[in-house]
Amino acid sequence: MLKFLPLLWANLNRKRLRTGLTVASIVVAFLLFGLMQTLRVALTGSPELAGVDRLVTMHKVSIVQSLPLSYLTRVRAVAGVKVASSLDWFGGVYQDDRNQIAAMAVDAPTFFEVYNEYSLPAPQKDAWLKDRAGAIVGRALAERFGWQIGDTIPLRSNIWTRRDGTNVWPMKIVGIYSAENGDNQGLYFHYQYLNESRAEIRDMIGWVVERVEDPDQSAEVARRIDALFANSSTETKTATEKAFIQGFANQMGNIGALLSAVAGAVFFTMLLVTANTMGQSIRERLSEIAVLKTLGFSSAGVTVMVLAEALLLTAMGGVIGLLLASAATKALAVSLQQFFPVLGMPAKTYAIGALLILLLGGLAALLPCWQAGRFKIVDALRRV
Amino acid sequence: MSKDTVVRLRGVAKDYRRGTETVHVLHALDLDIPAGDFLALMGPSGSGKSTLLNLIGGLDRPTAGTIEIAGQRTDTMGEGELGRWRAGHVGFVFQMYNLLPVLSAQRNVELPLLLTSLSASERRQRASAALALVGLSERTRHKPRELSGGQEQRVGIARAIVSDPTLLLCDEPTGDLDRKSGDEILDLLTALNQRQGKTIIMVTHDPHAAARASRVLHLNKGQLSPEAAA
Repeated sequence: MLKFLPLLWANLNRKRLRTGLTVASIVVAFLLFGLMQTLRVALTGSPELAGVDRLVTMHKVSIVQSLPLSYLTRVRAVAGVKVASSLDWFGGVYQDDRNQIAAMAVDAPTFFEVYNEYSLPAPQKDAWLKDRAGAIVGRALAERFGWQIGDTIPLRSNIWTRRDGTNVWPMKIVGIYSAENGDNQGLYFHYQYLNESRAEIRDMIGWVVERVEDPDQSAEVARRIDALFANSSTETKTATEKAFIQGFANQMGNIGALLSAVAGAVFFTMLLVTANTMGQSIRERLSEIAVLKTLGFSSAGVTVMVLAEALLLTAMGGVIGLLLASAATKALAVSLQQFFPVLGMPAKTYAIGALLILLLGGLAALLPCWQAGRFKIVDALRRV
Repeated sequence: MSKDTVVRLRGVAKDYRRGTETVHVLHALDLDIPAGDFLALMGPSGSGKSTLLNLIGGLDRPTAGTIEIAGQRTDTMGEGELGRWRAGHVGFVFQMYNLLPVLSAQRNVELPLLLTSLSASERRQRASAALALVGLSERTRHKPRELSGGQEQRVGIARAIVSDPTLLLCDEPTGDLDRKSGDEILDLLTALNQRQGKTIIMVTHDPHAAARASRVLHLNKGQLSPEAAA
């Protein structure tokens, strides 16, 4: 097949402007595809990053509603629960409204037992547990603001107010953690620090995260937890962490479906553009294809050449588009890290992209292949 | 079929459908062409010259009759088999040259060799030799649009002979050329016939070109004229 490559390449170079514009359109389509895939995964909260043995218990109405602190102790007593910890959304702002930080008030002693993918050096962990005003921050977040252990930073909450009427909590950085799942943009501090100083409510927590002893029994454990609080004034809804993250994302509307629909429309348009280019190109060259057949090229051989030409066209545009999307994602990850801590083009995007290249090339070549394969040599030569 | 007969046609007829009408282009032709012959096929437009050439070259199938080329029945071959047979046995020279405009002269001549198992360097060598034979060694990298009509036709002839075919079929090879260039092409075909022993069948309207052939056949209304029949 390689020996036919100069012929394929020469054919693509025949009308450089047309080929260039078609490739550029395909580049844009794949660039959009790559970015939308990245955005879709980021917005739907990377459910694949969720722990398989973790459950989340939240208020039955919505995550915005708080749960009584006592629920944490009661959940720990449920059969099948290995360990449970609580989290409370703080909504941190550092210095400027643009510096949004994912800050959470957590039950520090159990935090690392529940989130075992987070690692923190033992001396820093000890220091954190001993210091109620202490906070730990992700490595990327610390690097972003140049924070070091020992620094005290003022963190403003856009949810809570202090009893003195202010909304700034001084936080002393006592540890810098690393997370295997790539979420190194968080800030975690003691729940007691928030609970004792906030004006609005006391002894209420955001939600409970628990690890179960047997992941196969997750559904049963979740049922037991919710049964425990059934018919109370604060009923709960317990789900796997993956479902929880998905549900959280769904509050923004079905963004994933919307983005997929946009990507689908873009690709359908690209299909028409590429098929038109190929069709036009083949119609212009029917007499040349007739010459090739005269020289002994079979109909199947000519068909394969047309298909290869379409695939070469889509592959050029597709590969460039995906590489640009990858580069753009890296650039965006830096500027959007406070909103999307793990923003990155998922590996499977390349695999889906490769399939789309084949699909787009194959479908675009369908009609031209049929045209090239079926005509009679003598009829085409007569038109010369 | 005598040992040195390359082309043998028996009762060959060709009909076309034009709407509801059937057009009888060729009527039960019998024809023998010996090896090494240089045959000119003459006749008015629509007499069936090109149709006959297409049938001999395996580009079309007869409605009736048998076609035997170098001992092989081609009228019974399937499309794929016929394509492979053409690649090995027939070289075509067209009136409008029919070179691929995007390829250099060298690459155009190499085209038939892409269907062989020859290596890239062998293909290059053979194409260069064919271009040298037609006097275009200095023009190998030129694209067709950079060549004169006569030079384009030379490239067309080099492409036709590069795979050393049994038969050379030329459809009005000088029809689009001025007299001087036409004469050069005819010189070349004569040399290929006389020095290389190529069997050539040339369709032409031009009596001057036909005079260069060793034999002339006339086709009229789909029938070979009596004096020209085998």
